[in-house]
Amino acid sequence: MTTDRIVGIDLGTTNSLVGFMQGDTPVIIPGEDGSNLVPSVVALDESDKIIVGNAARKYLIETPERAVYSVKRLMGRGVEDIQEELKLFPLRLADDFQAREVLRIKLGDETFTPPEISAYILRQLKRNAERFFGATVSKAVVTVPAYFNDAQRQATKDAGRIAGLEVLRLVNEPTAASLAYGLDKKQNGIVAVYDFGGGTFDISVLRLHDGIFEVIATNGDTHLGGDDIDNLLIRIALDDIRGDLGADVSRRSEVVAAIRKAVIEVKIVLSSQPSAKLDIELPDGKRYQREITRQQFEELAAPVIDRTIAPCKQVMKDAGLRPEQIDEVVLVGGSTRIPRVRALVEQMFQRKPHTELNPDEVVTLGAAVQANILSGGSDATENMLLLDVTPLSLGIEVAGGVTDKIILRNSTIPASATQHYTTQVDGQANVAIHVLQGERELAKDCRSLARFDLKGVPPMSAGMPRIEVKFLIDANGILHVSAREQRSGKEAEIEVQPSYGLTDDQVESMILESFDQAEEDFRQRQVIEARNEAQTILAALEKGKKSPAWGQLTTDEKQRIAKLERALREAEKAEEHHEIRGAIDALNQGTTRLAELMMDSAVTTVLKGKNMDETDLGEGPESPHPVAKAEFE
Amino acid sequence: MSTDTSTATVAAAQACWSCGDMRAAQFCTSCGKVQPPKPVDYFTFFGLPQKLNLDASVLEREFYSLSRKLHPDIYARHESQEQEWSLEQSSRLNDAYRTLKDPIRRTEYLLHLEGVELEGQSKAATDEARKTGVKKQIVPPDLLEEVFELNIQLEELRVNQKLGEKDPGLVEELQKHRAVLGSKFSALFEELKSYWNEWDAIADSSSTEERRTVRDKMVDLLNRRSYIRNLVRDVNEALEN
Repeated sequence: MTTDRIVGIDLGTTNSLVGFMQGDTPVIIPGEDGSNLVPSVVALDESDKIIVGNAARKYLIETPERAVYSVKRLMGRGVEDIQEELKLFPLRLADDFQAREVLRIKLGDETFTPPEISAYILRQLKRNAERFFGATVSKAVVTVPAYFNDAQRQATKDAGRIAGLEVLRLVNEPTAASLAYGLDKKQNGIVAVYDFGGGTFDISVLRLHDGIFEVIATNGDTHLGGDDIDNLLIRIALDDIRGDLGADVSRRSEVVAAIRKAVIEVKIVLSSQPSAKLDIELPDGKRYQREITRQQFEELAAPVIDRTIAPCKQVMKDAGLRPEQIDEVVLVGGSTRIPRVRALVEQMFQRKPHTELNPDEVVTLGAAVQANILSGGSDATENMLLLDVTPLSLGIEVAGGVTDKIILRNSTIPASATQHYTTQVDGQANVAIHVLQGERELAKDCRSLARFDLKGVPPMSAGMPRIEVKFLIDANGILHVSAREQRSGKEAEIEVQPSYGLTDDQVESMILESFDQAEEDFRQRQVIEARNEAQTILAALEKGKKSPAWGQLTTDEKQRIAKLERALREAEKAEEHHEIRGAIDALNQGTTRLAELMMDSAVTTVLKGKNMDETDLGEGPESPHPVAKAEFE
Repeated sequence: MSTDTSTATVAAAQACWSCGDMRAAQFCTSCGKVQPPKPVDYFTFFGLPQKLNLDASVLEREFYSLSRKLHPDIYARHESQEQEWSLEQSSRLNDAYRTLKDPIRRTEYLLHLEGVELEGQSKAATDEARKTGVKKQIVPPDLLEEVFELNIQLEELRVNQKLGEKDPGLVEELQKHRAVLGSKFSALFEELKSYWNEWDAIADSSSTEERRTVRDKMVDLLNRRSYIRNLVRDVNEALEN
């Protein structure tokens, strides 16, 4: 029987992980290489095959034009949003890229949208989980930064769909972390989660109340993370190299990639050591070396780190709380390993933050907890319920280019609002609605989510139609819109032009385009299924050996079965389902007489007046022979 | 903000679509399953009378308990119809809780149910109204003098700022005004509470005349309140520049 296992996934800027709930404990599922972290790197190898994770990292240095990382920064964004990224990251837009379309990134000679690239990472995590369980995985909870807007969330959901994963819930990363921490604490109080990752920053304040995790307020910056600190260090190295060595290497992406790797290592060392050495070999045989002290590093990083202060202040204001009212502070994300970050948090919240759980893993563990809740819960998650909020206000554009806010930020989701519209001209059949997200007063300063065209308004005089439009933000933080003309009761047709997203048809076509990958998936699934079947027949054989029928076999027959059993155990290790199936069939053949004898003894037992259940035959589906199985079903 | 204008009718107990037992409004008290949403007002949703004094802790307890019954997480493995109902019911629950737990929003919502639409009070709406001159906000009589003086000083401050001059005396005056407005603003809340009591006392009576009197008092008060709030915002902005 295949259980519908739901996994929890942290699709991170730098690393991605998958986890699940093992009994009462959430655990991380390691990859084939034994590592818990799958670097969020996707590369195209020499034969245009997609490579993901650790194996893809070497391409970042060797052939940077064939690799991409930090793609999370590009999710749900337009080209005007990523000018900074284009300068600092080795990204290349498609040659035929048009201003208003969804971003397309070039890898080698092929182009991919950010959701497609993310889908390859998700597919890798899916495979890791399937290898671990020996069963297919098709459902997941995926985490997103709390401050992600509608387009970024939609893009993440699309990535899941492209990867063949049904995303049952998008959970905000800081909220997920609080679930992981709250699992064994089960206490009431106010918790602040400070989540500083590779590319995003979130701060959330929650109230824990008898298993209910209620987010009171959230804030953040989806363009702020450890990457920004790396970029500062890279700039210094590039300037030094130009000044000292007279070489401008800033346009040589393979050198920049090598510098990036080196500065990240230095950054990590500086979290535990007072100084570290940058040591980079340049292409012309020269060497760039520089000693960096922690103090220098912290001075350099301070402007980036201090950008987290304003969101923290805002979240406290929105929550209506003073720092001393916070009971616990939790640190999440790799960048919280930096001592200066920890000091800042301690100073702001006047409290020593929790760091018991690995900051790289805590979000995944929380996603696994939420996956468990969605699959019906267990003793550990009983009574646990997450009530999250929408991070940004939802508005519509009204006369004068002004934003009319209809759902305010920090509203508990699901949340809804209803608006009424009418026509300006006699017989007008369409009404246009511009939906915005953000806090600013003017529509042009807010983020455009989508333009909706209400079509098929029944012909009436101007001002007569009464069109009711319902805006609903679901538990994933994603907007749904429906409309009805109230006088005629007609459902109005809504045509959506997402400002930064893929249309349904586009997503659909991407699933089809990845057919070559699907074939690989299918092959893996066949192997997994064959292995499961092998396990079943081997278990049945063990039972058969204990039955009285076993004693009735000749030594020769027993030896033959033992040989076939060994063959199957060997074949099981193969990545080839035909081989496993062949061995299963052979063992099936070889145990025909055993199955018959077991049946006979079962029949005899029945005749003797005994109950079938008391025989050693075992349950029908587990008996070793297909014919015997059919008899007893 | 516009909200559902459906009439306030208490949902009569109906049979659960799933188990057939009689049920409460949002979920079946017998088998626990979510029920198709009914267009009821927020007070009715929580099983409360349309009164303005309410016990916040009771409301909160009820909110948590209904969340455990209606949240989409609980229906993640159920049929899509149930998921849809759960989504609608829990969004309604959250909307209702958000509205009722806040004293001002609660009052505005009740007035809305009574057929009063208050003016948009956002900064954008006020600016727009000022610019086009379509809707001039009427200055509350007891504030006439205060507002007159304040506007002159604000204008003076803006001229100073343009010229790059500083006048500490003027800033001090404005801060004084802000403090006066602040205390008026808080006093209004106390006044509002007295109207709540008046309303709750007659809420069940059918005398439309009496209801209208109290209703108009609250409308007037909320208008004064938003007028003061906008003034304070103007002063804050001017002082921050």
